[in-house]
Amino acid sequence: MYSEKVMDHFMNPRNMGELPHADGVGTVGNAKCGDIMRIYLEVDEETKVIKDCKFKTFGCGAAVATSSMATELVKGKTIYEALQVTNKAVMDALDGLPQVKVHCSLLAEEAIHAALWDYAKKHGITIEGLKEPKEDIHDREENENL
Amino acid sequence: MNNLIYLDNAATTKLHTAVLDEMLPYFSENFSNPAGIYASARKSKAAIEKARAQVAAVIGATPNEIYFTSGGSESDNWAIKGVADALKTKGNHIITTKIEHHAILHTCEYLEKCGYEVTYLNVDENGVVKLDELKAAIRPTTVLISVMFANNEIGTIQPIAEIGRIAKEHGVLFHTDAVQAFGHVPMNVEDMNIDLLSASAHKFHGPKGVGFLYIRKGVKIQTYLHGGAQERGRRGSTHNVPGIIGMGKAAELAVENLVENSHKMSKLRDYLMAQIQTKIPFAKLNGHPVKRLPNNVNFCFRFIEGESLLIMLDSVGICASSGSACTSGSLDPSHVLLAIGLPHEIAHGSLRLTLSEETTKEELDYVIEKLSAIVERLRSMSPLYEDFVKEN
Repeated sequence: MYSEKVMDHFMNPRNMGELPHADGVGTVGNAKCGDIMRIYLEVDEETKVIKDCKFKTFGCGAAVATSSMATELVKGKTIYEALQVTNKAVMDALDGLPQVKVHCSLLAEEAIHAALWDYAKKHGITIEGLKEPKEDIHDREENENL
Repeated sequence: MNNLIYLDNAATTKLHTAVLDEMLPYFSENFSNPAGIYASARKSKAAIEKARAQVAAVIGATPNEIYFTSGGSESDNWAIKGVADALKTKGNHIITTKIEHHAILHTCEYLEKCGYEVTYLNVDENGVVKLDELKAAIRPTTVLISVMFANNEIGTIQPIAEIGRIAKEHGVLFHTDAVQAFGHVPMNVEDMNIDLLSASAHKFHGPKGVGFLYIRKGVKIQTYLHGGAQERGRRGSTHNVPGIIGMGKAAELAVENLVENSHKMSKLRDYLMAQIQTKIPFAKLNGHPVKRLPNNVNFCFRFIEGESLLIMLDSVGICASSGSACTSGSLDPSHVLLAIGLPHEIAHGSLRLTLSEETTKEELDYVIEKLSAIVERLRSMSPLYEDFVKEN
């Protein structure tokens, strides 16, 4: 049911772990629905480039793979560029996801946004276009499906 | 499949070679329709009647109380809808449980839409039906009680004889979905006052696509498939001759080896349960510790999710299943795990391992080794575990 890329990112996740001195941390999802993602960012003060990015995820194969891919996609980008990484970009980079797993890519996008929000708040800056993360990604998904 | 460790025998079992041998001639050489009058048709007819007797013997029924179907789901559908329809002038109330297979639950939900009333009984933390709740639920309009013999996920065996006695005392028909239990645990429709019983061949090393419904003589039930005189006019459709013959043989083998296999599997089951509990922290056994199917092991591992666990087990050649939302295709984890009182986040991390008589201790040792490592790895990836460690 999963593409080879999804399987690869699930079995050999990139950037899995914690950043104890992260500049920004975002956690989204809820255990009740079966997935939680946490993204850690380390950002260069001057250039605003994401120097390092790590994740931890409780969830299914797609949840782990989308987190892994999302960290790959934002690493090396500025915080402003990272905001442009959409769930579709994550899905495309993974050669697609089964329909029932699309919410995992939304969760990955939201996790990045949540980490960026945390960074911006802590550093007193504004990232144009960044909205405060929602408490529960599934609310958003359900609304979008309406 | 030689290198695979197959621990999903509750999903389906491998066809027994002796069963296949019995079936093969009826696909080609002896392909006649048992409804025919000529000699080869009579041979087919005799073969399916032999199968009927083989199946009846396992549950202490008479052969003419056995009705062949396409499997467990059809048998369950027929039992519930057929009785509800036939007894609609008597009443419109059905009692079942919250932990039934969807073949029962969805059928009952359908009947609710048609104007029937259904009570879904609670179970205790081990998954056992509460008998006082059952007694209290019976109304003058109750026409059927349907309680599964043993649960497909957590393996808990219900107090079927007690339920049968309560049903009989109140003059209510009693159906049991014995799909997981038939051929694995002893059962007798007389001793247990069972009026209807569903089973499916592929759960006891028979072929897929065939099962039966036991209907006690005298029980009123609506015809399920109109259009033929098969099954005494109650279920039309040309007989699945090789399938039925395979089911008969599989039933015969199952009952012949029941005591030995059950003893062997329950020893291995207990070994696996004890090893998991010793070697893996934060593991919770689901289902009754003792009153459970001889081949069923079900655990929840905190802080991890079931589908991830299954994929990783698959990558090391272990076939298993889970009650997580991701494997059910919805956002909710298994209704059975929720019914025994598990919170959602724990229910998502369930693993079901179901043994067969071919399972060996060496296989289980390999499973325990791999499972411990995988659970540890998934926990190292889990933000829930990270939070837990920091808080404690």
